[in-house]
Amino acid sequence: MKKKRSIKNREYAVIAYGFLGVFIAMSLYFAYYLTFEAEDFINNPYNARVSLFSENVIRGDVLSADGQVLATTEIAADGSETRSYPYGRVFAHAVGYNTNGKAGVELDGNFNMLRSHSFFLTRLINDFTDKKDQGDSVVTTLDASMQQAAYNAFGNYRGAVVAIEPSTGKILALMSKPDFDPAGIASQWDSLQSDSESSVLLNRATQGLYPPGSTFKILTALEYLHEGGSTEDAFNCEGTYTENGYTIHCYGNTAHGEEDLKGAFARSCNVAFSQTGLSLDLNKYRTLAENMLFNKDIPTKISNVKPSTFSLKKGDDPVLVMQTAIGQGDTLMTPLHGAIIAAAIDNEGVVMEPYIMDKIVNDNGDLVRPYFGETYGSIVSKEDAKKLKKLMRSVVTDGTGSALLSDNYKAYGKTGSAEYTSDKNATHSWFVGFANKDDKEVAVAVIMEGAGSGSSHAVPVARAMFDEYFKE
Amino acid sequence: MLHLLTTISKFTMIFIMALYTYFSFKALMPRISQESSAGLYKKQTALVMLLFINGYIVILMHTLYQNGEGEASSVTAAQMMLVLFLAELVLLRILFIIYKYFYGAASDALVNNMCMLLAVGFLILSRLSWDKALRQFFLAVAAVILTALIPLFVRKLKFLNKLAYLYAIIGIGGLGLVAVAGSTDYGAKLNISLGPVTIQPSEFIKILFVFFLASMLYNIKDIRQIYVATAIAGIHVLLLVAARDLGGAAIFGVTFLAMLYVATGRLSLFLGGMGLGMAGAFVASKIFTHVQNRIVAWKDPLSVIDSQGYQVAQSLFAIGTGGWMGSGLYEGMPEKIPVVTKDFIFAAISEEMGGIFALCLIFVCINCFLMFFNISMQIRDKFYKLIALGLGTVYGIQTFLTLGGVIRFIPSTGVTLPLVSYGGSSLISTMILFAVIQGLYCLREDQKREEEEIY
Repeated sequence: MKKKRSIKNREYAVIAYGFLGVFIAMSLYFAYYLTFEAEDFINNPYNARVSLFSENVIRGDVLSADGQVLATTEIAADGSETRSYPYGRVFAHAVGYNTNGKAGVELDGNFNMLRSHSFFLTRLINDFTDKKDQGDSVVTTLDASMQQAAYNAFGNYRGAVVAIEPSTGKILALMSKPDFDPAGIASQWDSLQSDSESSVLLNRATQGLYPPGSTFKILTALEYLHEGGSTEDAFNCEGTYTENGYTIHCYGNTAHGEEDLKGAFARSCNVAFSQTGLSLDLNKYRTLAENMLFNKDIPTKISNVKPSTFSLKKGDDPVLVMQTAIGQGDTLMTPLHGAIIAAAIDNEGVVMEPYIMDKIVNDNGDLVRPYFGETYGSIVSKEDAKKLKKLMRSVVTDGTGSALLSDNYKAYGKTGSAEYTSDKNATHSWFVGFANKDDKEVAVAVIMEGAGSGSSHAVPVARAMFDEYFKE
Repeated sequence: MLHLLTTISKFTMIFIMALYTYFSFKALMPRISQESSAGLYKKQTALVMLLFINGYIVILMHTLYQNGEGEASSVTAAQMMLVLFLAELVLLRILFIIYKYFYGAASDALVNNMCMLLAVGFLILSRLSWDKALRQFFLAVAAVILTALIPLFVRKLKFLNKLAYLYAIIGIGGLGLVAVAGSTDYGAKLNISLGPVTIQPSEFIKILFVFFLASMLYNIKDIRQIYVATAIAGIHVLLLVAARDLGGAAIFGVTFLAMLYVATGRLSLFLGGMGLGMAGAFVASKIFTHVQNRIVAWKDPLSVIDSQGYQVAQSLFAIGTGGWMGSGLYEGMPEKIPVVTKDFIFAAISEEMGGIFALCLIFVCINCFLMFFNISMQIRDKFYKLIALGLGTVYGIQTFLTLGGVIRFIPSTGVTLPLVSYGGSSLISTMILFAVIQGLYCLREDQKREEEEIY
């Protein structure tokens, strides 16, 4: 009797367990969202709730990796709060601002700094006495001495510097000029907003789209090698090269004479590279560029990052091909992207996603939440990275980057002098590269708007960064 | 100090809710003695009252201080709130009395769950909107009156299984009317306006639909019965699709398949039907822009936060910012979520009362449909078995659609959370649904007595 009944109810049990299963799955998803996804999801400018937290919490500090205070909240006797920035303009774009909108770490860590993980008894006492809790602090990956070195070496040019630790993706320095006084944003807001010519508030390091100039020869050389070329292939440079009614000039019309590809790369010969470009399969060239993150979202969690663009395709005008091969044409690249490419070549082709928030700590310095470098994946193969490293080393030993020769570390890189108007003499000064010594390594990208050649301006800034990083 | 009261209450309410949920599942365990389960139900009843009172203390204090201490308008508002609180307390007590004393055989677990869901709904509505809370109270009074005799009818009226075509005619007529003359609301036609009253016929027709299918399928003598049932069920679903009420179509469709499967014992019919439904949903997502919008909002609400994704994003902000413990009543911003009192009420509960509380609420809903399926297995008469299973499916799928939509587990379909959400049609139809199930629990008692007489 009993057995018969259970058989009769089998279908009922199937439906009941089916529903139970679906609801358990939903509950698990709910728990998963609350535990793992919510924190990143809700840190969004559209979430008005976060600002409500500031009624009960004093906004936490922003600290450098070495413990320097980059931003803090000062409380006056009358209880009013002021955000202050001990380093002033030096970290302006990296740390950002917290009035008239938000930017930088002030934006990315907004939620974390408005939450308190102080000792629970302290918080309980605060509740009773109607006091605010001290918010958690964001410890960044920024190295105050590296940032300061970049700032000092850069001078009054416009442009940007990015320094990344290749093996982790930690952003060590992130500088953009012109800059601003982050504490004075509110009072200067109107003039900052109306000044469209210099775009002070634009973080050029992550959003500045520049023609990559000769730094793009890294990609052109790699594609040439992929299509059967060799670094020993010979070229002859007479300083200019005319094809299809268009003339390519080497910087300063220098004739490089007989040279192989390696030499052409080291001395940044436009003639050799425009010829190289004409021989390439443009669709494969484009695929290579896209594999190296052109036309793609840059893999990072920091806000306000623009993608670089590469538009060359099969059937385009040969003149455009020649220009693109030497980093002119329609190609645009951000300094952050340049640093990522350099870092990947140093890191055997593997990109570690750049990040700037290292961990969250409470007012006592106890860890609340760590962040880790995430692996994006390989953008060039290990062998290719090795070949590019050789080419980039030759730039330092035999070419435009010779100012980076040092006994203290081994530097690699590529300079660039990117034309941005029809005036051939006005060029942005570029450098992307890296240096290492034993286990220590750093990748940098430098761009100085309208400063001149890569070797004259960007290379000395890179040198200052490397010297600082590897100083005894 | 108000903040402190809110914070402490937040934790006590989570504790009460967690304890209640634990008891509700403990009582479900097999081999639990009747005495100990009776003890658990008593404790549950006390916990519902405790939670309700605790929540209202916070609401009353906030109302009193809303415009500054001692402000006359605040005092008046607090006095009115106090009256509402007491009236709701009495209503919940009456509901207990009806089922415990007049229907001795009714399921205590289900009464408790019904009161718990109503109490949570009352609390969050009083927090969100005085007008809606007041209206909901009157609707609840009407619902209690309207449904008080339903268990008796279910127990005594023996001809309910002979009215298949009557159910079908009313159902198709009602849905047809909505499809033709309904008013459009968020892209779907749901309501019929009768003067000052707006009703959502599909809320009631889904119950008739279960009765229709049970009448058709409880005694299959001829394969043609299945064809006819399928055809008429199909018309229901198509009318809902025509009114663009895809949430409703899903409820009706799945209910049909579940009942067909149970009546025939063929899993292939159920799975095939689900496959067909999925294909239909896929086609719908290509044809209807409002379906596309909801799918886009589900996939990546932040990418369309200015338009289609706004509601889901706000819901997730609310849930996420509240976190596991919640912000405490009045310390969140649930009013930022569009339609928060209806489809998205769960987000408001999770934000202010906490993720743990909200998770417990999901488990109370699970407990409800398990009770529905439980009675469907215990009862012997196949007609009533099918009724219980069908209503359990209706309740389960509706709860799943609304909760899943709010937390972005599935695209949002715009259905309400039974007994908790604001809205008369939803509230009254759910009360009817629970009352029918209680009638079945009473029937089981009759069945038991018969069995005892035989042996």
